Amino acid sequence: MWRSCLRLRGGGRHLLNCPRGGLTASRGPGPKPPAHARAYAPPAERKRFYQNVSITQGEAGFEINLDHRKLRTPQAKLFTVPSEALAVAVATEWDSQQDTIKTYTMHLTTLCNTSLDNPTQRDKDQLIWAAAKFLDTDTVCCRVEEPETLVELQRNEWDPVIGWAERRYGVKIGSSTSIMGPSIPARTREVLVSHLASYNTWALQGIEFVVSQLKSMVLTLGLIDLHLTVEQAVLLSRLEEAFQIQKWGNVEWAHDYELQDLRARTAAGALFVHLCSESSAVKHKLPQG
Amino acid sequence: MAALGPPLRTWRGLLRELRYLNAATGRPYRHTAAYRYLVKAFRAHRVTSEKLCRAQHELHFQAATYLCLLRSIREHVALHQEFHGKGERSVEESAGLVGLKLPQQPGGKGWEP
Repeated sequence: MWRSCLRLRGGGRHLLNCPRGGLTASRGPGPKPPAHARAYAPPAERKRFYQNVSITQGEAGFEINLDHRKLRTPQAKLFTVPSEALAVAVATEWDSQQDTIKTYTMHLTTLCNTSLDNPTQRDKDQLIWAAAKFLDTDTVCCRVEEPETLVELQRNEWDPVIGWAERRYGVKIGSSTSIMGPSIPARTREVLVSHLASYNTWALQGIEFVVSQLKSMVLTLGLIDLHLTVEQAVLLSRLEEAFQIQKWGNVEWAHDYELQDLRARTAAGALFVHLCSESSAVKHKLPQG
Repeated sequence: MAALGPPLRTWRGLLRELRYLNAATGRPYRHTAAYRYLVKAFRAHRVTSEKLCRAQHELHFQAATYLCLLRSIREHVALHQEFHGKGERSVEESAGLVGLKLPQQPGGKGWEP
């Protein structure tokens, strides 16, 4: 339990979105700060300043309008998405903000902003390399040796997924209990890297995001190939944690909080990948005879 | 393939999430762009005579993913509000926790000008 408390303390700070330290606003009257400034409330978030959210189609793609203003990315570029479904989902995110704008709930907007701005200036190869790096320490490949029930649980839940990935891509992945992690043959890495290269840059941003959330390349592949649902993938990623929760009890404000956050991010990433890498066309079947 | 359950359940779940999202704004959810898009998408992919349609499964998977997204965001925000949204207590409240009260000093504290 202390493990998750520690984890939350690091994550909660980021989520609360407020600077460390005591005094917030008043630097004003020097030696005597007013009594109410010592009460530390999180700084007020931006209020919702728009009534309606609508979607329009520009030359580069679909744009979001907040009232009459066009939505822009943090680097002030025009916010355009290639797919209508993605635009609808982003518009729904903006529309669902009440009173204040909680940017930490708008995962699809964040992903689109990252893809449009590319603030870390990563090109396609760097994204693929960042995602493939997780193969060496893939969650489903790193096994424990004891307790026996956990070993069996890992075998029953994770072996089928590895088997599916091995069959689907014709590679060998395997699992290991050593502290060095699994040894992934070079051919496996090549095959998976070339598979990832078939996605466009936007989809790769999404894939890299999901991999870094689930801490597993194999689970991400299962998700984008429609083999696992988001709930299943998240459960498999948190298998040991679920095992410990079952044994020692669930702490709602830590375990459930992180579970819902992980589910939200993974679902957003998976949806982003699917919407960016598909192209839909309506083909009418010819009438019979 | 992923065990998704019947599309009707996903559809109902999506409607419920849209209802929750629009409950606060007061606008009926049937007028939102998301509802219109989902209705169009679900209707379009139902009209196929093929038994094993990959596009249909893909659409259902995307709908289920979107449902998971909406549901988990709502629960996450609710948990955040309940457990982590209160900020820090004021000095008066903290003193009150252990049964103390801050003194009323109308003349100001000694070290203040």
